[in-house]
Amino acid sequence: MTSRALRAACLAAAAAAVVLPLLVVGFGALKTLPQLFAHPLAPPLHPTLDNYRRAVGEGGLGPAFAHSLAVTGGAVLLTLALAVPAAFFCARVPGRASWAVFAVLVAGLAVPAQAAVVPQYVLFDRLGLTDSLTGLVLADTVATLPTAVFLLGGFLRGVPGELYEAAALDGAGPVRSLVSVALPLSRPALATTAVFLCVMDWNDLLYPLLFVRTPGARTLPLALLDFQGEFLTDYPVLFAGVAVSSLPVVAAYVLLQRHFVAGLTAGAVRG
Amino acid sequence: MSSTRSGRDRRRPGLVWLFPLPALALSGFLFLYPVLQSFRYALTDWDGYSASYRDIGPANLVRLATGDDLFHHAAANTFRLTAAVVLVQTALALLLALLLVRTTPMSVLLRALFFLPAVLSSVSVAFVWRFVYEPGGGLLDTALRAVGLGGVQPLYLGDPGHAVYWLALTQVWFHAGQMTVVFVAGLQAIPREYHEAAALDGAGRLARFRHVTWPLLAPAAAIVAAYTTVQSFKAFDLVLGLGGNPPGPGLDLLSTRIYTTFSDDRFGYAAAESLVFMAFVLLLTWVQRRALGGGQP
Repeated sequence: MTSRALRAACLAAAAAAVVLPLLVVGFGALKTLPQLFAHPLAPPLHPTLDNYRRAVGEGGLGPAFAHSLAVTGGAVLLTLALAVPAAFFCARVPGRASWAVFAVLVAGLAVPAQAAVVPQYVLFDRLGLTDSLTGLVLADTVATLPTAVFLLGGFLRGVPGELYEAAALDGAGPVRSLVSVALPLSRPALATTAVFLCVMDWNDLLYPLLFVRTPGARTLPLALLDFQGEFLTDYPVLFAGVAVSSLPVVAAYVLLQRHFVAGLTAGAVRG
Repeated sequence: MSSTRSGRDRRRPGLVWLFPLPALALSGFLFLYPVLQSFRYALTDWDGYSASYRDIGPANLVRLATGDDLFHHAAANTFRLTAAVVLVQTALALLLALLLVRTTPMSVLLRALFFLPAVLSSVSVAFVWRFVYEPGGGLLDTALRAVGLGGVQPLYLGDPGHAVYWLALTQVWFHAGQMTVVFVAGLQAIPREYHEAAALDGAGRLARFRHVTWPLLAPAAAIVAAYTTVQSFKAFDLVLGLGGNPPGPGLDLLSTRIYTTFSDDRFGYAAAESLVFMAFVLLLTWVQRRALGGGQP
């Protein structure tokens, strides 16, 4: 075999490994269980929307979808609102105090979330924040804040000081330097960070699993996890659930691919 | 109005000291303080709801170290999973990156495709792979039959001794594409002239990889290995979706063990487990910095 053909064969195998399972989900969600087992890879001959109806109806994905949107939106906005000024401070103010603030804020990067879950649960319970969307917003915010400060701080340090000095000559204090110098320049970094936060918050299972006991605050990953008990091995319904909860992310990925790759990779390797 | 505001802003450059306060307050109160409290809870026998509890000193930690088979088993599984994922995922991501480093429309498309699983939720990925591993009619068994290996019939997740390696395979499917992107960036940062010079010196493809690509790729490889280690060590949602909640002993990891203890209302013991878990993560990070880093930041 020539090396060209070998390369093509490797890539084709890898592509098949990614595509086939997803194809089975897309097709399978439209089939009955016996049809799925008879021909897992065949397109649905008599497509049915029954699985979607059951996933949304019995599985309660409708309210869960709304909760996930609210929690993700709230957590992303709150995280950015806290991280942007904090990162600006760390980038602009020299000295030991600012270094210490940065160290405290990014300390969470080294500590796994599981290290704090027991006292966190007790604290949130006492504050009446379990079983509440506000509680989930706060928990997600605290969990993602270190990465956000790290990414934005890294970017803002690269903004040349002359730009701020020019603004200061025009009479800008810290608030105006942040709003009219730092923010407009950081649009790409903000987009990258926001995408990373969206994916983390949308897919988070840990905090809903810890805090949520009633359907009143169930988010998509938690509702989907409960499918295990409800539908056990009724794969077409599971697949419909997977499709409903993944569709927004996959659609966003197709549209904003560059930001997704940049955001998830930066978040992963922390800059 | 706006001139008053900017006037006040200008007269008080000290305002900037207020900027980090909200972030510090929230993460201090809702994260750092709970982490510190873990140390306190770990020394008690608290069940999570009783009004009182006893201080039992280091008894929880002693039991974790010496008399808790479930915990030891979960720790062994976690290390096996991490080792398997780091080896396979790093090698696979590097291979894919080498095949996709040149920017053609086809390789851009394939990079995007391989990255796609990383945006899905762990629970979704877990459900997809439950069907892949479904004995009899599942996707892998169907594929094995199609290539004439129908007699192999692995037990997949039902094999307690090897379940964790099937979990590793799913984890690789989930994140290999993401790590491929890191390697591609590393490869593209290597100046073309180096390869050309080596080729002029008569170096073959393999020699060029060994003497040019590999040494210059080391920073990217360090990043990939470090990230993959911590990510697999902390795997949690994927296991609950694949192995059930709580997962059986074959798939029990440190993260799920902590959660199960917590769900059983043994808060003091769960806090002790989470401290050991945190110590492992910090230790792994430190060892890796030393082994791979050298001059790395």
